[in-house]
Amino acid sequence: MRSIILRSATRYLFPIIILFSIFLLLRGHDEPGGGFIGGLLAATAFALYAIAYDVKSARAMLRADHITLIGVGLLLATGAGIISMLVGDPFLATQWVTLNVPGVADVKLGTPLLFDIGVYLVVVGVTLMLVFHLAEE
Amino acid sequence: MLLSVISGFVLACLAPWLQRVVGRGAGAVLATVPLGMFAYFLTFIGRIADGEVFHEQWTWAESLGVRLSFYLDGLSLLFALLITGIGTLIIFYAGTYLHGHEFRGRFFAWLIAFKAAMLGLVLADNIISMFIFWELTSITSYFLIGFDHHRKVARDSALQALLVTGGGGLALLAGLILMASVGGSMELSTLLNSGDVFREHALYVPILLLLLAGAFTKSAQFPFHFWLPNAMEAPTPVSAYLHSSTMVKAGIYLMARVSPAMGGTELWMILLSIFGGTTMVIGAYLAIQQVYLKRILAYSTISALGVLTFLLGLGASGAPGDAELSIYAAKAFGVFLLGHALYKATLFLVAGTITHETGEKDVTKLGGLSKAMPLTAIAGVLAALSMAGFPPFFGFLGKELLFEATLAQPSLVGVMTGATVITGILFVIVSCLVALRPFFGHAKETPKHAHEAPFPMWIGPALLAITGLLIGLLPAALGEPLIAPVVASVLGLDEPVELKLTLWHGINAALILGTIVLSVGVLAYFGHRYIMAVLGKVDFLLRIGPAMWYEKALAGMLDFASLQTRILQSGYLRMYLMLTVATTVGLVSYSLFQISEFSIIPEIPPTDQWGHLLYENLYTLIVAGLILTGTYGAVHSKSRLTAIAALGVVGYGVALLYIIFGAPDLAITQFLIETLTVILFVLVFYHLPEFPKISRPRERMRDLFVSVTAGVMMTIMVLLATGIEPREKVSDFHSAHSVDLGHGRNIVNVILVDFRAMDTLGEIVVLMISAIGVLALLKLKSRSKGEKV
Repeated sequence: MRSIILRSATRYLFPIIILFSIFLLLRGHDEPGGGFIGGLLAATAFALYAIAYDVKSARAMLRADHITLIGVGLLLATGAGIISMLVGDPFLATQWVTLNVPGVADVKLGTPLLFDIGVYLVVVGVTLMLVFHLAEE
Repeated sequence: MLLSVISGFVLACLAPWLQRVVGRGAGAVLATVPLGMFAYFLTFIGRIADGEVFHEQWTWAESLGVRLSFYLDGLSLLFALLITGIGTLIIFYAGTYLHGHEFRGRFFAWLIAFKAAMLGLVLADNIISMFIFWELTSITSYFLIGFDHHRKVARDSALQALLVTGGGGLALLAGLILMASVGGSMELSTLLNSGDVFREHALYVPILLLLLAGAFTKSAQFPFHFWLPNAMEAPTPVSAYLHSSTMVKAGIYLMARVSPAMGGTELWMILLSIFGGTTMVIGAYLAIQQVYLKRILAYSTISALGVLTFLLGLGASGAPGDAELSIYAAKAFGVFLLGHALYKATLFLVAGTITHETGEKDVTKLGGLSKAMPLTAIAGVLAALSMAGFPPFFGFLGKELLFEATLAQPSLVGVMTGATVITGILFVIVSCLVALRPFFGHAKETPKHAHEAPFPMWIGPALLAITGLLIGLLPAALGEPLIAPVVASVLGLDEPVELKLTLWHGINAALILGTIVLSVGVLAYFGHRYIMAVLGKVDFLLRIGPAMWYEKALAGMLDFASLQTRILQSGYLRMYLMLTVATTVGLVSYSLFQISEFSIIPEIPPTDQWGHLLYENLYTLIVAGLILTGTYGAVHSKSRLTAIAALGVVGYGVALLYIIFGAPDLAITQFLIETLTVILFVLVFYHLPEFPKISRPRERMRDLFVSVTAGVMMTIMVLLATGIEPREKVSDFHSAHSVDLGHGRNIVNVILVDFRAMDTLGEIVVLMISAIGVLALLKLKSRSKGEKV
């Protein structure tokens, strides 16, 4: 498909969707969102890119190989679980720290965020692996 | 202790990277870590010899009783020292042996992971942790044996080892779980103190048989011995490691470990001494018929494993007969274990060096190498002398004690001593074959011109051989602190026993037997060729047995699998869907019919409220209408595109329902999935066959039937589910504790990443696996274009 309109729109839509997916990922613990949803959304952004341009440039946009994404994602999720073992808690028991950023707010950080990032990466990797390979057929 | 195990796995992950960074010297760098561990475990010797034991514990899955707990006593310490000590030398050796190999980094990763798993196995206290490490050794050794994966023989051998030991592993798991349920604990250190509970329990026999099935397969006892010689396909450092002190010794370790709890009965004694005795004779007998260095050693390893099993059968606490006897046997066990590990690792490494330097592995085509490679020759000869049982080597002590143990038995002295004498003679022949043949006599032409191996390749064997000599010379000072606690562990004694290990026992029956064995063995070596000529004729009897059963069982399993596949896997998506739906309907309806009392007829509200209810649920009704229309459209459309669009309507309708009922997370997910589905559909659109031709009217009727039953079943189930008022809802707990325990207000997300994080972890793993599956299908298809889609 070679549509100028789609391409120009994609150029602007792509970063917005990616940003929005990260936004969904980060706010997921309190509001609707999370790693799974964020990951799916990010994958649609890349799929859009692949349709507007081609798979090759979408792959280039992704930079990392999707297998790597999946591996890193699984590693992060498992790592999030192992962190708590190092503290002496059971595997995957969550750990939280609150960072005080002066003038902004208290930012709570915890292993669930790491875990969710892992889920995000796996979902992006898996979905794009399928989309890209099907598109290349 | 935890650190020593974990650091091994971490190192294994880093190994390929280190290999790239360090390059040539990677072996030396990597060997420092096990060397450190070896030093660490050395510090325990004094305290363990004083009768101390060490515990360490980490919570893992507490609710299941699974802990990462470690336990160090005499038995674990000896094994830990062997694993780390020999492991250090092996890694150092392998760095040079595999120099320039394409996958050297990968090799190190597997070897070190294997080492860590083995260490975890001998240190584990919790039975589940132990089992996991046990399986990890099977899996990592699979990769090590099949390291030369481009050769089919290597792959098949690796698979064979995995299937045999993995099958045994399943039996072991069942045995361990039964043991835990009988003993009321998951910790070995607790279970081992309640030996009488086990011995008198009705489940004693099944537990024992299951545990022994695990141990016998792992330790290659007859009739499961056939995988071990085939495992020689591995690179030599791996064989040296797996078959001297680790992998195959895991089964021995298991038997020694549980012997305080399970041993000492007549059944134990009979099973272990019969299987062990048979294995030691058959192994040694098969060993002298081989011509390849590594295969000779492999069969002699089987024989040595038989000896160890045999001794464990004789030496267990509460054995029939008096305590002295079991101490004899346990002492012989400890000494033989250590002695064998030292000389067998040496001989394997020497064999590896010979083959590496000459390019020849057939022992009959080797000779006179002592001039070209003197250091290797010295190491080999020292180890062989120990193996043959010459004084003052440690192997001599092991053999003496073995004879003493059998001679002291109350019954069947003749049979047992006879078996050990035969084994002893065959051992002498084997050691002459591997250490005299290649090094002395006429020099022979070899594919490569032989010269001395580089430093990393002779230092390991030399150190090990010298250790064997030193412990033999100073058994009381060097051997006792190691062996005495082992005896205590095997017999389940709290206090270490006094052993009085000495080289000189005075002139007694054992010494006389030893001398006879040595002289007959040496003589037999010179008549080896004639003996072989006679033996060659009866040989096939032993060769065809178990290995053939394995082949048949494997072939049968594969046939059954392909039969099943032909029936269930037609290759048509619609058939898969129908099978899945029909199975679900069948199983769910079955359980629905099991519920005797239920009412699915909802309460009908009075007519005057209808208007109000209609107003309240107006949106829901509209969306429901939308979904129904979409469904109708999907079924009736004449083009695929319309059908897809109609299905999209259904999907978005369901998402709207989620929103109405206050589940935004689900709704968003559904919207995104619908979108992606459309994208995927568009991508595969042109590859699909023409639309309307797919099904005939009769098939349509069948499909209608399946979908209607599925629909009815779902409706009934939903109505039933809404009719049940559970006393406590899980969701109440989740909503009540989402903020204080989960630190988040979005319950769905808190459940996903916190309360049920383990499930999520499992799901993303499944996601990955299915993606790989799909990828494989796509790749397969694109390679064989033109075949059925």
